[in-house]
Amino acid sequence: MTGPAALPLSGGPGTGSVGTTSTDADQPGVGNSAVRLILRTFVENKLAIIGAAVIVLITAFCFIGPQVYHTDQVDPNLLSTNLGPRGSYLLGTDNNGFDILGRLMIGGQSSIEVGFAVAAIATVVGILYGAISGFFGKAVDVVLMRVVDVAFSIPLVFLFIFASRIFQPTLGLLIVLLGLVSWLVPARLVRGETLALKVREYVQAVRTMGGGSARIIFRHLIPNTMGTIVVTATFQVANAVLILATLQYLGFGLPPSEPTWGSMIANGITYLQDGYWWEVYPALVLIVLTVVAFNFIGDALQDSFQVRLRQR
Amino acid sequence: MTGYVLRRCGQAVVVVLGVTLVTFLMLHALPGNLARSIIGPRATPQQIATFDKQYGLSSPLWYQYWTFLDQLVHGNLGFSFHLSRPVTSLLAAELPRDLILGGLALILSLAIAIPVGVVQAVNRNRLGDYVGTGVGFVLYSMPVYALAIVLVQLFAITFHVFPAQAPQSSSTIGLLEHPSGLVLPVATLTLVTYAQFSRYMRSAAIETLAQDYIRTAQATGLPERLVLWRHLLRNSLISVVTLIGVSIPVIITGTLIVEQVFNFSGAGLEYYNAALTNDYPVMLGVTVVVGVVTVLGNLVADIGYALLDPRIRY
Repeated sequence: MTGPAALPLSGGPGTGSVGTTSTDADQPGVGNSAVRLILRTFVENKLAIIGAAVIVLITAFCFIGPQVYHTDQVDPNLLSTNLGPRGSYLLGTDNNGFDILGRLMIGGQSSIEVGFAVAAIATVVGILYGAISGFFGKAVDVVLMRVVDVAFSIPLVFLFIFASRIFQPTLGLLIVLLGLVSWLVPARLVRGETLALKVREYVQAVRTMGGGSARIIFRHLIPNTMGTIVVTATFQVANAVLILATLQYLGFGLPPSEPTWGSMIANGITYLQDGYWWEVYPALVLIVLTVVAFNFIGDALQDSFQVRLRQR
Repeated sequence: MTGYVLRRCGQAVVVVLGVTLVTFLMLHALPGNLARSIIGPRATPQQIATFDKQYGLSSPLWYQYWTFLDQLVHGNLGFSFHLSRPVTSLLAAELPRDLILGGLALILSLAIAIPVGVVQAVNRNRLGDYVGTGVGFVLYSMPVYALAIVLVQLFAITFHVFPAQAPQSSSTIGLLEHPSGLVLPVATLTLVTYAQFSRYMRSAAIETLAQDYIRTAQATGLPERLVLWRHLLRNSLISVVTLIGVSIPVIITGTLIVEQVFNFSGAGLEYYNAALTNDYPVMLGVTVVVGVVTVLGNLVADIGYALLDPRIRY
């Protein structure tokens, strides 16, 4: 337990110490064993392999696909709208005559780019924030954690819709904004672990030998939270893809000129009654596949690092 | 215990203040002239002057925040020039409908998640458990609107069982007069919430199963059935409190999307429409309410948990 004043708001009591790293991760040089553990997870866990394979396939589909399967996704072709799947259009066309298969390739690029970039930002910010909060404790911790509580209390989608009214969303801006609000979960988790780690003997030993705060945080505390970090980072990708898909569907993501899976669904849903399934379901399946794949990997890593995440 | 409750309440007050501060800053992040962006492009100079005076826009920022808080405490969430209506009265009309939607979904998902979680824990790592985990996994990985689309396709388009639109009556009672229109929105939100609960419930039940008192109960020769009902299920009910706390942001976000998909008139749909028309007072009003509800929900869940589980001492 981390002391009552530091209890996080959601998730109930007990979440102050959400994560515990595996026991053998206590010596320096953990980075190496973490990499080995990740590799072993993939070799031993079938679901993780499936997840990774799905992600590789989808990434190849989105980024290499357009090189092979050439379609015009800029100029509407009003002579061939809402066509079903056929030889010349493998997955049919939408209400503007755009080829669905080609559009799925282009539309997925932003999802994958945003997913990875946001996870990277969220993880780095979260680690630093959490480690500083946990390490310095006391007033610093109280203030920093209340800030996290406040940010947790305003649902992301509401914030994003508001932000999209002020700024014209671009890919870079979406990444920065999503990154800036996604670090909360890693921050809480890393803080919890830091609180538990900083009282260990080796941290005291470093201090006795004259090691400064920065050295302790970067060389000793952060490497020892690697397990939690890797696991949350994986789930962050899944979450970012989901949030992005929701914003795109609601029309508050990228401008209409840039197709995305979410906006394709929003566009096609009008024609669901007419039975034009190809305008909705392929994009929907791709979103779910991507998210499931990342969640598979996250779950497998979570098992092998023996990390317990109460909330994601 | 009293100390814990007091500290926890103190924290909640601080966080609520933080939420209002964020909303206040969001208001001031609006580009250009504040009065013009709120009243609209056709605001007369006179209206702008009145607005500036009312919100004390010439005074220092901290004083403006103070005025903003003062207005909030007196239940004044601003005025929607777009709808010509105070935001408070708008929300007073919409929130009961959200309560029905969210409340039904919460009760139903708890009613599903608790027994399913217990059954999965008892039969863990067998076929049934894997199926349950798999279903939870897919539901968890689906955007809310995708779930809604699948349900609409199945129950409204392929088989004409339920309407694809929520009841369009503007009164709260009218909502209950056409229950068939409520089925799909409530079902969507229930599944979304269930997806959050299912994984938590299963591991909580597995943890309870490993407790000494379960083993003791089994050792005394109690039939397995009684152990399950009297000890496992009852103790698992404690986690309901935690689940409710966890579910609040999920339900609130889910409500926004469900309302948009099913054209269900409520605070979420008001927020969406306000975003389309740049009706900032409505957006900020909804944000403040949503934030405060989340903080209060978590507060109640934390205190309820401490009251229910005597093993927890602070």
